Amino acid sequence: MPQHTTLSSPSRRGLLSAAALGGMGLLAGRARADTFDFHVPGGPSTRPMTTTYPEKGRMIVQRTRPPWLETPFDVFDTGVFTPNDQHFVSWHWATFPTHVDTDSFALKVHGLVERPQALSLRELLHDLPRFEIAAVSQCAGNSRLYAQPRVAGAQWANGSMSNALYAGVRLKDVLDRAGVKGGATHVQFGGLDEPLLPDAPKFVKALDIDHARDGEVMLAFAMNGQQLPMLNGFPLKLIVPGWSAVYWIKMLDDIEVTDHPDPSVWTTRSYRVPDTPNHTVEPGQKGFGMVPITRNLPRSFVTNLKPGDSVPVGAPQPVRGIAFGGDRGVAAVDLSLDGGRTWQPATLGKDEGTYSFRQWQATISLPARGAHTVMARCTNADRVVQPMRRVWNPGGYMSNQVETLDLVAA
Amino acid sequence: MSRSLRTALLAGLLAGLLAGSAPALAAAPLELRPTPEIDLPFGDDIGFPAGPGSDVIASNCTACHSADHTLNQPALSREEWHAVVDKMITAYKAPITPEDARVIVDYLARVKGEP
Repeated sequence: MPQHTTLSSPSRRGLLSAAALGGMGLLAGRARADTFDFHVPGGPSTRPMTTTYPEKGRMIVQRTRPPWLETPFDVFDTGVFTPNDQHFVSWHWATFPTHVDTDSFALKVHGLVERPQALSLRELLHDLPRFEIAAVSQCAGNSRLYAQPRVAGAQWANGSMSNALYAGVRLKDVLDRAGVKGGATHVQFGGLDEPLLPDAPKFVKALDIDHARDGEVMLAFAMNGQQLPMLNGFPLKLIVPGWSAVYWIKMLDDIEVTDHPDPSVWTTRSYRVPDTPNHTVEPGQKGFGMVPITRNLPRSFVTNLKPGDSVPVGAPQPVRGIAFGGDRGVAAVDLSLDGGRTWQPATLGKDEGTYSFRQWQATISLPARGAHTVMARCTNADRVVQPMRRVWNPGGYMSNQVETLDLVAA
Repeated sequence: MSRSLRTALLAGLLAGLLAGSAPALAAAPLELRPTPEIDLPFGDDIGFPAGPGSDVIASNCTACHSADHTLNQPALSREEWHAVVDKMITAYKAPITPEDARVIVDYLARVKGEP
């Protein structure tokens, strides 16, 4: 399974196929000179690269509007913290502000609370204890592009994930300031994005009250030491460490304490997976339950080699990558050169926290000329191990099987 | 405040000053900079390939999302396309008539091909 993508220069074929699609945008648009090729069988395999989105660097365009911008995979080899300008972008509705007035912005806290709040950014910045945590944000549909058989949805390769050090305030402290009333069971979150059509469902997600008050769920006004890019949720974003990015509400301005689970379609109809082991079923299979997507699962990726790379036969070859444990820390990363029969441990890099990417490295040697595979497998602190069997479900969610990298020894 | 945190704050402040840009966050008290109005390149969408039904899919679908959303999908069966269009109508409340929904599924099956 390809886990890397390659950048090709603007090819004639790319331009011709864009024209064949009836589009003029690639030719008339701004600075879409490059094409990215995911080399995925069945296509469409290529996407435009862009630098035209505000506060963002080179990104892969999965969708122009509302933006789905994927992080180019080579970024993950440069360190465990994804640069803000290449942190992936995903919006559900296109109608979100292009400007936020930092003086008049207010975070409303209401519902089952003793003292409803309308907190200014100044109050959030100065009146509450500061909290920092490193965490991976990963779209529930990361890697959907590689589902076999293919499924509908955002056709993300492996780059709808990013890691950042977030700074802000604990949700617990905000809730305590408002005073949660007895009988409260859930907290629902909404942002400044709105559906275009009045009957369409506003994008909201909810957490149960104990999770909301766990002291790690936070409201971030900064990532990696800078205020949030607008497209990543300026001025305030809900951070749910260890949980799928669908919960990480951007431009957060509404917190409602309730006495019921989230009734919205974003939980009752979308973002659901089979309740089977590894959320995996056979295509066409019936008779299983569906549950909301919640926590992330362990994953690991080689970052310094690409599929098809040639390495010298019999020579020491450094292999480097990143892993994350999901809702627990990374306990181990192991490599296999024999299709998963035997495993050798990689050396883990600096621990930046339970929910962060963690870099790992190892040295391998490929003994004979020809094709070889390298597998990297993460085990988290709860001893949850990436499965060897390919994950598949109708929504294309929560893919986390062991990645296989094809190399050639020469 | 711990010594290491103080050191980090100072380093952050210096980094911010040296960069001549926004001060590092850790250099408390942080103030969020007002940001200029952002300009989103939504006009860069490539649009739907012309052909039977292209006007119907464009008028029904592109209010909420650009055409590249659809064109980047894999080849799917007519049943799968029907399920996608049905979800847009029933879950996300796209006001698509049954007749237009049929035209859209025909268009997708033709333009995207079947697996």
